[in-house]
Amino acid sequence: MKIVVCVKQVPDTKGGVKFKPDGTLDRGAMLTIMNPDDKAGLEAALRLKDQYGAEVTVVTMGLPKAEEVLREALAMGADKGILVTDRVLGGADTWATSQTLAGAIRNLDYDLIITGRQAIDGDTAQVGPQISEHLDIPVISYAQNIKIEGDSVIVERQFDDRYHVLKAKMPCLITALSELNEPRYMTPGGIFDAYKAEITVWGRADLKDVDDSNLGLKGSPTQIAKASDKVRKGAGEKVALDPGESVAYIMDKLKEKHVI
Amino acid sequence: MNLEEYKGVFVFAQQVDNKLSGIALELVGKGKSLAADLNTEVTAVLVGSGVKGLADELGEYGADRVIVVDDPELKEYRTEPYAHALAEVIKKYKPEIFLVGATAIGRDLGPRVSARVHTGLTADCTQLDIGDFPLNPMPGKEQLHNQLLMTRPAFGGNTIATIACPAFRPQMATVRPGVMQKLCPEAGRKAVVEEFNPGFVPNNKYVEIMDVVKAVNDMVDIMDAKILVSGGRGVGSPENFKLLEDLAAAVGGTVSCSRAVVDAGWKPKDLQVGQTGKTVRPKVYFAIGISGAIQHLAGMEESDLIIAINKDETAPIFDVADYGIVGDLNKILPPLTEQLKAACACN
Repeated sequence: MKIVVCVKQVPDTKGGVKFKPDGTLDRGAMLTIMNPDDKAGLEAALRLKDQYGAEVTVVTMGLPKAEEVLREALAMGADKGILVTDRVLGGADTWATSQTLAGAIRNLDYDLIITGRQAIDGDTAQVGPQISEHLDIPVISYAQNIKIEGDSVIVERQFDDRYHVLKAKMPCLITALSELNEPRYMTPGGIFDAYKAEITVWGRADLKDVDDSNLGLKGSPTQIAKASDKVRKGAGEKVALDPGESVAYIMDKLKEKHVI
Repeated sequence: MNLEEYKGVFVFAQQVDNKLSGIALELVGKGKSLAADLNTEVTAVLVGSGVKGLADELGEYGADRVIVVDDPELKEYRTEPYAHALAEVIKKYKPEIFLVGATAIGRDLGPRVSARVHTGLTADCTQLDIGDFPLNPMPGKEQLHNQLLMTRPAFGGNTIATIACPAFRPQMATVRPGVMQKLCPEAGRKAVVEEFNPGFVPNNKYVEIMDVVKAVNDMVDIMDAKILVSGGRGVGSPENFKLLEDLAAAVGGTVSCSRAVVDAGWKPKDLQVGQTGKTVRPKVYFAIGISGAIQHLAGMEESDLIIAINKDETAPIFDVADYGIVGDLNKILPPLTEQLKAACACN
């Protein structure tokens, strides 16, 4: 079985959000990590490899520095890393990103593609399903359990108040939740090998069946009109009253804000 | 793409088990105000099996027209037949705006549909306006009018971006549930109902539903809760969380907690708010006996309204609370619960 896992290098917004004195985000001070949902997707792929035998290829799109997450993936047990990087791919929205990744994946043999549900910087949850559309294969998002049965994959798919047990014929794309599993650590031997391993680097010319009009900033249907770091709100009112007055105070505020 | 051909505001009227989801009515309400700005109408797209009866409810909540796509293949939500339904509706009716709820269903369906019809999709919007793009005139760039301006948080809520989709139609957005207001229903108001079936022929993209397991657990995901009653170490004991549970029950809320509470083994990790737990943005966040470590604040400061009760007047939670009450939670919560019960019963 051949599995392709898509990963993204992201700023560590959860592990250590840093702010400047004016309350805005200090990006320079933040570390980068492998996006947590993607890491869960990689772990799911590695478990399938352990259980059924599989070749796991990890693909990332980003700046040359994104090679770091590929080495991390190799150290965890992935077989091959592909970095898709090119100046003309920059500024991509989810449409152009999914076109780029689909263009890279068309060069590969795959039975299963696993992506994270969403990245912690953009939080869109769009790229996985959009890749599946470009490749004309089924998608199962929000996977919480993955099994292989013959030429099909059986996945528990989480919804708000229920889960569906879904069966799809491979090739198929699955998006993984970070709750899916606890990703393994890199092994010392794995780290050693990963830093010697060769990373495949692809540029625009290596993407298959993608028109220039679908790539990068120019190929992105959505455009940013305005972006601003959110200024954290300051303290509101603070009161010290006796219990009865406190209750009346809270009731007043809830009414004022139309909560009750 | 001739943009002029695209008219009208369409919303996906999500239903589950032939019952409209709250987001469907919220989108009709928001769609109606956008349609008013554009001098056009709001159309709800209802997809399912045996769902036509729900059109009346959509009409009462403001829909001018309801397009019903009814087919046995659409009984339970599956990505492909639903994506096919919406993509074909878009191809036939050419709406200028198409809104979908940012629910587990909508966040799966939206990207698939937008990719199929080749347009942009802005995820998880918290504000939608009609306006100009670019916002201000720019030399050498035509300023377009009557564009959908879609505002959303990113970077875990640390930045806010406003996005436009100037050259493609429909302008698509998923909209966070609980943010837009539904309108007051007008009894007897009717929408024009139109049926449309593009045909559903299973292909490789149809997945098979082997089982549907409902109510995995009866706990609401704290990320979906509109009101959270969150407790910290200051609650004192696992038994004392009863006070918070009673308050939550009175207001239709859900109990969550801080990391200290999980570390002490009082509550499961599912309920933990904060950097190593979940990021929540409810309408109301009661912080009860929570001191407010920075890691906790990062997970809840986006809440619309934060009410904190703490004995320690120097607790950092008061730095982000809209209303802070310095006092003893044991004395405040029981009478507050009683008053809320009474107030909510009359509404």
